[in-house]
Amino acid sequence: MSEHHKETFITKYIFSLDHKMIAKQFLITGMFMGVVGMTLSLLFRLQLSNPGESFAVLEFFLGEKWAPGGVLDPNMYLALVTMHGTILVFWVLTAGLTGTFANFLIPLQIGARDMASGFMNMLSYWFFFAATVVLLSSLYVETGPASAGWTIYPPLSALPQAIPGSGLGQDLWLIAMTLFVVSSLLGGLNYIVTILNLRTKGMTMMRLPLTIWALLIVAILGVLSFPVLLSCSLLLIFDRSFGTSFYLSDIIIGGEALHNTGGSPILFEHLFWFLGHPEVYIILLPALGIVSEVISVNSRKPIFGYKAMVGALLVIALLSFVVWGHHMFLTGMDPFLGSVFTFTTLLIAIPSAVKVFNYLATLWRANIRFTPAMLFAIGFVSTFITGGLTGIILGDSALDINVHDTYFVTGHFHIVMGVSAIYGMMAGVYHWFPKMYGRMMNKKLGYFHFWVTFISAYGVFFPMHFLGLAGLPRRYYTNSAFPMFDELTNINEIITFFAIIGGLVQLLFIFNFFYSIFKGTKATENPWKSNTLEWTTPVERIHGNWPGEIPTVERWAYDYSKPDADDDFIPQTVPLKKGEIEH
Amino acid sequence: MEISLIKNKASKQLLWIGIGSIVMFFAGLTSAYIVRKAEGNWLEFDMPLWFTISTICVIASSATLWFALQNIKENKSATIFLIATLAIGLTFTFSQVQGWDDLVAKGVYLTGEGSNPSGSFIYVISLAHLLHLIGGLIALTITTLKSKLNHYSKDNYLGIELISIYWHFIGLLWLYLFLFFSYS
Ligand code: HEM
Ligand SMILES: [Cu+2]
Repeated sequence: MSEHHKETFITKYIFSLDHKMIAKQFLITGMFMGVVGMTLSLLFRLQLSNPGESFAVLEFFLGEKWAPGGVLDPNMYLALVTMHGTILVFWVLTAGLTGTFANFLIPLQIGARDMASGFMNMLSYWFFFAATVVLLSSLYVETGPASAGWTIYPPLSALPQAIPGSGLGQDLWLIAMTLFVVSSLLGGLNYIVTILNLRTKGMTMMRLPLTIWALLIVAILGVLSFPVLLSCSLLLIFDRSFGTSFYLSDIIIGGEALHNTGGSPILFEHLFWFLGHPEVYIILLPALGIVSEVISVNSRKPIFGYKAMVGALLVIALLSFVVWGHHMFLTGMDPFLGSVFTFTTLLIAIPSAVKVFNYLATLWRANIRFTPAMLFAIGFVSTFITGGLTGIILGDSALDINVHDTYFVTGHFHIVMGVSAIYGMMAGVYHWFPKMYGRMMNKKLGYFHFWVTFISAYGVFFPMHFLGLAGLPRRYYTNSAFPMFDELTNINEIITFFAIIGGLVQLLFIFNFFYSIFKGTKATENPWKSNTLEWTTPVERIHGNWPGEIPTVERWAYDYSKPDADDDFIPQTVPLKKGEIEH
Repeated sequence: MEISLIKNKASKQLLWIGIGSIVMFFAGLTSAYIVRKAEGNWLEFDMPLWFTISTICVIASSATLWFALQNIKENKSATIFLIATLAIGLTFTFSQVQGWDDLVAKGVYLTGEGSNPSGSFIYVISLAHLLHLIGGLIALTITTLKSKLNHYSKDNYLGIELISIYWHFIGLLWLYLFLFFSYS
């Protein structure tokens, strides 16, 4: 692996086998998709705050066909919501987040020259890229992109003739998602094998940084749950294209009765949410890992309860396979079964609370350095609490019945998953940027970015809970058809206002990112005075990571402010002093 | 030496985790079958006789592959047994297609008018299994060619080991599916 071979532009930047370059490819693709997904959401927010009004931007982006006279077409509304959800959930927060940090951090933090298989790693990116191209191309088809929601429930997704978006757009969605799953499986297999086999001498499992623990568990969740999504969509594809009836029964469409009998759309929901719920943790866990690392480094304190943190990750992962039914309380589920799912769901609150209290205990009376990364990490703790609390309400079947499929759910999952995971990703980017590009990002812009994001994210998603409690259903094109919702118009205007501000400030982040790659101040080897191995690599990032031998590990990753130590941090490579006990 | 040991271990792990993924894929499909069946409107029919022949093929091919591995461990050529396995694997493929024909003859259809998920499931699940087996056949062909070219010896037979693990797994998977279809 360490032999040097000539690198051309193509092997260095395009078909690269180097994990650091692949990480950057994932990051930049993810950021690009983030901008696309966000723009789509701003377009449909305009319709929600000003139903039926004409906007030049709508016509500019969507054209005369989908926004005649600048008014959003109802079918396009559904398509925008679907593509927004799909892009953010899978492209940005799954591939963008895990792909970036697993690729970047695993070899660097465990002390390996690269991933177990650089080739599989490269394939993983290129499958992802192909998936991206297919998904984006569906924005341009005649009948519009997929419109059945990111959860693609049949029959909308199963009958090509159901609505315009059920046609070619849905086919492309399914192809893109299949490529995506292949990419995730290739990546996940590689991450697991790398972590299990390529740790440097002395790097025992219980000395691993929490980032690596989180990424390992995410990879395991992924290889076990994505195949179920594949089986779910395999049956869907047969229904769509080959005339089977797994999910379809007794359907009359356009006055014509279809032959399908004996299928059940509820079956789809079971299969989908069996993946779907673990998927939300696939999104969350890397953020938890990153935040643990960033909080500990910038609190200059060991992470509180390391073993409990690892345990909590494991318990969350296990439980995530037995709670899917909480998305289906209203499908006619046996109330007894419902209460079983309520029970398992509420159990997740325990390990989640363990994490939160450990973060708070780490921060407690710490000598905090408020870097932009740290602010985002603390922001994560805030949104994780807010969103977790509404989760408890939704997990209770008796309460959920009242707010299911309303904006309450939208508020819940955007705060607990969307915003939290984005904060985790931001924290990671600000924190590891110096290692990725050898330069520092601008701090002032970082602070501005954080505060505006923080205020506008709450400004967008907090009021949604009130909309939901008032009964406003999610995914509706317009609220103006029902007089009972007239009083809610103001709230929707406020939400759209904050969404626009929050969206614009991300452009500032992107500016800061690219500007700093070229013009940022030069970074030192270990700018945050951190213990983990990646900060022992040279600033000029080289193939194989360490110029000489791979360093060996002598202690865990969290020796910050250790009593009797000379410095407030002791890198993992420093041997224990005589008589020093390991944490 | 150390590197190749790690490589050995890592390749097997990779395969095992991949097998875990495949297990989840079929667990998804067969639990869908159970959930759907519990809802009624379900056709009952016997498995075609050809599927029993498939089952015999699976057992026989695992046996021949086992002999291949034993042979190479004793530094004898594994080629004959690999070719036998390949041949039985192809017979399996043939028997599956025949089995589908039988089903159609019985009036159990994959799609269209008169089809019911109870039948469609059999087709889709066995097809998905067959695709995994064909993947195995491709790997087996490569292994056989390498064996013919004397690539393997008693100190170097990772390729044969890996295909053995996969092939036995795919066989076991068929056994499970066959019993599942017959008795669930
Ligand atoms: C204390 C922890 C949590 C509990 C008890 C909980 C409970 C629930 C329940 C019961 C629902 C379904 C509501 C409905 O549709 O009526 C729901 C929706 C959702 N939750 Fe959570 N949740 C928790 C944490 C999380 C976390 C950590 C994430 C992601 C990181 C998450 C992501 C989601 C998503 C994406 C949905 C909506 C899916 C959709 O319908 O499109 N939740 N949650
Ligand atoms: Cu869930």
